[in-house]
Amino acid sequence: MSLQRKDVLGLEDMSAEEILLVLDIASRFRAVFDRPVRSVPIMRGRTVVNFFHEPSTRTRISFELAEKRLSADIVNFSVATSSFSKGETLRDTAENLAAMKIDMLVVRHGSSGAAQYLSRVLACPVINAGDGCHEHPTQGLLDIMTMHQRLGDMRGKKVTIIGDIAHSRVARSNIWGLNKLGAEVTVCGPPTMVPGNIARMGVTVEYDLKKAVAQADVLNVLRIQLERGAGGDFPSNREYHRMYGITEDVVRGLKPEAFVMHPGPMNRNVEISSEVADGPRQVILDQVANGVAVRMALIYLLSGGDPGALASGEAA
Amino acid sequence: MSFTEKAVIMNEDEMTRAIKRMAHEILEASGGIQDLVLLGVQRRGVPLAGLLRDAIKAVEGGEVPMGSIDITFYRDDLSKVGPTPRVATTEMPFDVTDKVVILVDDVLYTGRTVRAALDVIMDWGRPRAIQLAVLVDRGHRELPIRPDYVGKNVPTSQKEVIKVKVRGFDDTMEVVVGEVGER
Repeated sequence: MSLQRKDVLGLEDMSAEEILLVLDIASRFRAVFDRPVRSVPIMRGRTVVNFFHEPSTRTRISFELAEKRLSADIVNFSVATSSFSKGETLRDTAENLAAMKIDMLVVRHGSSGAAQYLSRVLACPVINAGDGCHEHPTQGLLDIMTMHQRLGDMRGKKVTIIGDIAHSRVARSNIWGLNKLGAEVTVCGPPTMVPGNIARMGVTVEYDLKKAVAQADVLNVLRIQLERGAGGDFPSNREYHRMYGITEDVVRGLKPEAFVMHPGPMNRNVEISSEVADGPRQVILDQVANGVAVRMALIYLLSGGDPGALASGEAA
Repeated sequence: MSFTEKAVIMNEDEMTRAIKRMAHEILEASGGIQDLVLLGVQRRGVPLAGLLRDAIKAVEGGEVPMGSIDITFYRDDLSKVGPTPRVATTEMPFDVTDKVVILVDDVLYTGRTVRAALDVIMDWGRPRAIQLAVLVDRGHRELPIRPDYVGKNVPTSQKEVIKVKVRGFDDTMEVVVGEVGER
């Protein structure tokens, strides 16, 4: 079993086996973080390009750390410092990258499908670091890893995703991945932020927050994406917080062992109150650590990573 | 690919005697067990390190700390690898700094596994010395690496394959030589 694919563009087309493989390899990489030297040399001499056509702090840093911990060579370019500001098209940028012989591309783009487009143009593996409102597979994988570590087998586990479902590629990647692993997903948010056809993805829709959290094993609280125009979907931040914000009061309605996740960056006291964000029920910083490990695992596996001699038991 | 067994070159008694002798040699060279640690290379180096620890304990009385090393992320052939990822764990339940590390593996061949294992150890700390113990040395080194303790030297051709079976990992204890043929 290995990742028999060139790219990771979304969780929609990944199998349960592939997802579990990534989580397994990621857990091996997490063990590396506790050593005095926190990197391994396996990607030495490979060049990974991080192409961020949309602002990102945590995903970009997490990818960069993952690449450094695999000893890859890294080139970063973001839109502010690239020729995009001079009007170069995505295709021209891609062809220039290909001509420079890179080994892997990590791409974040505001348009859905940008990563898929680049994967068709480029011969090297492409990892989608978030494209428009489509998918954010590495976030989905790190969320699922965080749940899987605590809950084990995800079959029958109840995951409630709360907030701005319509604009959220994180929600979509979570839903695809969790459904593959057999979890039961409920989405909850203001009707203006829950697409009418979302149930077709195989989720339950619940507009009443109290009901949506009562049976949940996990709450995954989404960020209100004000930059994608979410501000027009509800009257005010304060009203959103009152109706759908995860507060101490909401947390008291949870099952005793249930926990709260947030992909960051948080809008404190909008979708999550500071008491909860800093409280004992959240696992937010664990998500961050898992994010680096999951990205290491994907980069490693897409590079053809595989301990052949170990598998056959022959000493080399 | 098929494996054709040609001969058993070590049986269980011979393996046990070789391990006992290696334990004595390690003790003779180090003058005791203080500062010694055993690190088995995943996968069959690990049960072999366990057998060495037991043999040392039978002579000296004390228990030598033991860990395991997985070299997957230190390989030098990422582009040539085949299809099944099977990553084992590195477990280093002690600080190797200033220790004398006995690195244990089943077969010494090209030396590339040992090269990778040395890098793993260095990333965990700075041992006073690292010594290499292998059950079988079959020659054909591709790197300037030599063992300090050897169970058996076995001249081989590069077409041949050495299979070591160790209890704790396999259900028997033996070393066989065979050939891999295309079939």
